[in-house]
Amino acid sequence: MTNLSLNARAALLSVLILFVGLAVWELSIPAQQAVGELTEYEKLTGAGAPRAGVPPPSQVIVKAWEELSNPFYDAGPNDKGIGIQIGYSIYRVLTGYLLAALIAIPLGFLIGMSPVAYKALNPFIQVLRPISPLAWMPLALFIIQDSEASAIFVIFICSIWPMLLNTAFGVAGVRSDWVNVAKTHELSPLKTAFTVILPAAAPTIVTGMRISIGIAWLVIVAAEMLVGGTGIGYYVWNEWNNLDLTSVIFSILMIGIVGMLLDAMFGLLQRRVAYVE
Amino acid sequence: MKPFLSIEKLTQRFPDGQGGQLTVFEDATFGVEKGEFVVILGHSGCGKSTIMNILAGLADPTSGVVVMDGQEVRGPSLDRGVVFQNYSLLPWLSTLKNVTFGVAARHPEWTKAQVTEHAVKYLGMVGLEGDVIHRKPSQLSGGMRQRVSIARAFANHPKLLLLDEPFGALDALTRGTIQDELLKIWGGTEQTVFMITHDIDEAILLADRILLMTNGPFARVAESVEITIPRPRSRTEIVEHPNYYAIRNHLVQFLGRRSKELAGQQTGTGETNRPETVRIDKAVPTDDPEDRRPTLRAVTN
Repeated sequence: MTNLSLNARAALLSVLILFVGLAVWELSIPAQQAVGELTEYEKLTGAGAPRAGVPPPSQVIVKAWEELSNPFYDAGPNDKGIGIQIGYSIYRVLTGYLLAALIAIPLGFLIGMSPVAYKALNPFIQVLRPISPLAWMPLALFIIQDSEASAIFVIFICSIWPMLLNTAFGVAGVRSDWVNVAKTHELSPLKTAFTVILPAAAPTIVTGMRISIGIAWLVIVAAEMLVGGTGIGYYVWNEWNNLDLTSVIFSILMIGIVGMLLDAMFGLLQRRVAYVE
Repeated sequence: MKPFLSIEKLTQRFPDGQGGQLTVFEDATFGVEKGEFVVILGHSGCGKSTIMNILAGLADPTSGVVVMDGQEVRGPSLDRGVVFQNYSLLPWLSTLKNVTFGVAARHPEWTKAQVTEHAVKYLGMVGLEGDVIHRKPSQLSGGMRQRVSIARAFANHPKLLLLDEPFGALDALTRGTIQDELLKIWGGTEQTVFMITHDIDEAILLADRILLMTNGPFARVAESVEITIPRPRSRTEIVEHPNYYAIRNHLVQFLGRRSKELAGQQTGTGETNRPETVRIDKAVPTDDPEDRRPTLRAVTN
């Protein structure tokens, strides 16, 4: 045991925790009472039907296998594969997120370069930033008059702030020595921005982007529950209405896994732009 | 005839934070000839770095002008290369890229291969070869980083090279090695160098002429001491030279005592604060023509 690497020991422990957790969950679910002899009246009132309860993990695994083996089927508005639902959610998140990045990063650059702009815009940012993105939903629905675009707008508004603030912070914090190097080499302002300030601020900017994508993925579930139609958030709510808790638990897991993958992508990017002073 | 680099009545004042003004130096006037290695020596706070920043074009003087090669210095330029004390390498670029960054800025018309070849040549001149040049600055020692910075500056052939306490952050042994390398790389060029230091021995080893500054405020360049020790110099040989300790003692006395005594003496506005030229030469002339060979350029202020 001691000659295993740290990673191997950690992996073993993870697997152990998983199995113990699943076993505890499985055993804590009371077995459905066997249906015995029922009177006519009991049958009519539905006493013989299985009671709805939290499903055991074994059922969730069976459900997951079923869903994941055919993730892209489309059998009408209320019956689409999990892959299609997640696809819709990712599409909305990325659209809103990229629009936010297109505005937040250049604007953050300007704010970071100009102390006046920073001071002038700071009060607006501080007021707008703590607003729950879902609070914008009614206004967005009224103005945009389109639920799809409103969901994207909500993603846009929630992911813009961390990127804006981190870009401004990163750009403002670029060491003056490096800017002086650019100056003594007669670099144009545009060239200075791309070859010195952007790489110097990149770790801070990417951290902001990583925070933003995390928030966007949190918010899309809630937004889709409100907007409806498609998406993983809608799927969760729809399965709750169907009282299909197995599907609810399965989709909760999928939300976690997709969120982890999105975060891991930005983690990779973060490692690429990192530097040691 | 004006010297190659002419500093004329340079004055720098900063607000002192209490509504008044703090005069760092006033009407400083001196010149540097082409190909000359001039070192400026003085206590902290006398405004050496401010002069350096003005020469680099990174700061503007309150009044006065700097004229280089017949042109007034305004803003930073590739004609004035700077080696900063903290190396100022870009940490996300490899050693080689840090140098090609400068070369490409100097020669935008060169191909990538030309730029790389030029950079590799200059890195080789400071002893950085092979695998090392692909490392990031964070993977290099302080001495190696400063070598990269020196290579970057020399590779651009600036008309004037400014060295802002380049060895200040290095340990004494590394400092010695890099001073030797600096002498070697400088010897091959006709590079004009203006350098700041705190270190008297370093100044004597490297300089043709040492400018001595009095303490601030109202600091001034009080003396210009010629280093009458022939080149090429090496650290082990110069200490044997009869002039070495005479010059060294003069410098120590100045920094230890006279820089304080002379401090704060206002010469009255309008007057130029030209340094007094000091020449210490104890070397007995011999018949050996090698010894009499004039190795110092005449300095005219």
